[in-house]
Amino acid sequence: MRATVLVRPRQGILDPQGEAVQQSLRRLGFDVSSARVGRVIDLELAADSGEDARARVERMCTQLLANPLIESFEIRVEEP
Amino acid sequence: MTDRPVVAIVVFPGSNDDRDAAWALGAVGAEPVLVWHEEAELPSATGAVVLPGGFSYGDYLRSGAIASLAPAMDAVRRFAEAGGPVLGICNGFQILCEARLLPGVLRPNRQLEFVCHDTHVRVENADTLFTRRCAVGQELTIPIKHGEGAWYADEGTFVQLAARGQIVLRYAKDVNGSLGNVAGVVNDARNVMGLMPHPEHAVDPLLGSADGGLLLAAFVDAAAEHRLAAA
Repeated sequence: MRATVLVRPRQGILDPQGEAVQQSLRRLGFDVSSARVGRVIDLELAADSGEDARARVERMCTQLLANPLIESFEIRVEEP
Repeated sequence: MTDRPVVAIVVFPGSNDDRDAAWALGAVGAEPVLVWHEEAELPSATGAVVLPGGFSYGDYLRSGAIASLAPAMDAVRRFAEAGGPVLGICNGFQILCEARLLPGVLRPNRQLEFVCHDTHVRVENADTLFTRRCAVGQELTIPIKHGEGAWYADEGTFVQLAARGQIVLRYAKDVNGSLGNVAGVVNDARNVMGLMPHPEHAVDPLLGSADGGLLLAAFVDAAAEHRLAAA
């Protein structure tokens, strides 16, 4: 089964990387008022069902893929 | 066997201050032993553990995140839970936070620049294994060199840590956007400390400062005491 994890800096957390990207976009002439930089993790995993896959990926997120102090995550499971 | 207390220094792929730490700890009376991260056990005579600076696993995912799951970290966790003194320097601090042995997390510097210079850090609490050779308010000159050293915790945690004396070192001025200018913290049990400045690079006046030696010598004392208590 395939799953995708989107990891984002949590709301209210300063994201200096996002700020630098926003400033560069403005320099290119784009009217961008905010940019936040996160991470995408594509997984292929063994699971019995979509629900099972989601539960497994959620555990992966809390144990390693995201740090809940500063990051939020969103899981998308691609059913076969 | 020597009378010197054994300090185990865990070496991860990408550690680069392990040998500096060994040299500096040797200079203040320890018997340093390098331990590869795949080892499941620490040497039986271990009196204290250092997680050294560097870029373990190339800082993949988040600095310290991958290293926090190394086999040797299970041994370090057991050692810490048994009251053993553990010191994480720079990347070692990041690893201890990711392993949740210390509160908070180290984030990219606010200025997005690698910082590499001497800093003045103020001792906030001298009643720890690590700072008892210092006085409260004493300013130590110790260098920093990091890209991800901005310590962060949520407001409630920060206030609680400050009230309990767990914020041990603060930069005299803002160097990286660290919350409350925090440079070093200890855990609730006071036997695990992490700091971003590098005391192992400040043990000889010839190199600008010997102030780091105050922290390391106190730590080596703690290693000897831990061995005695365990014996």
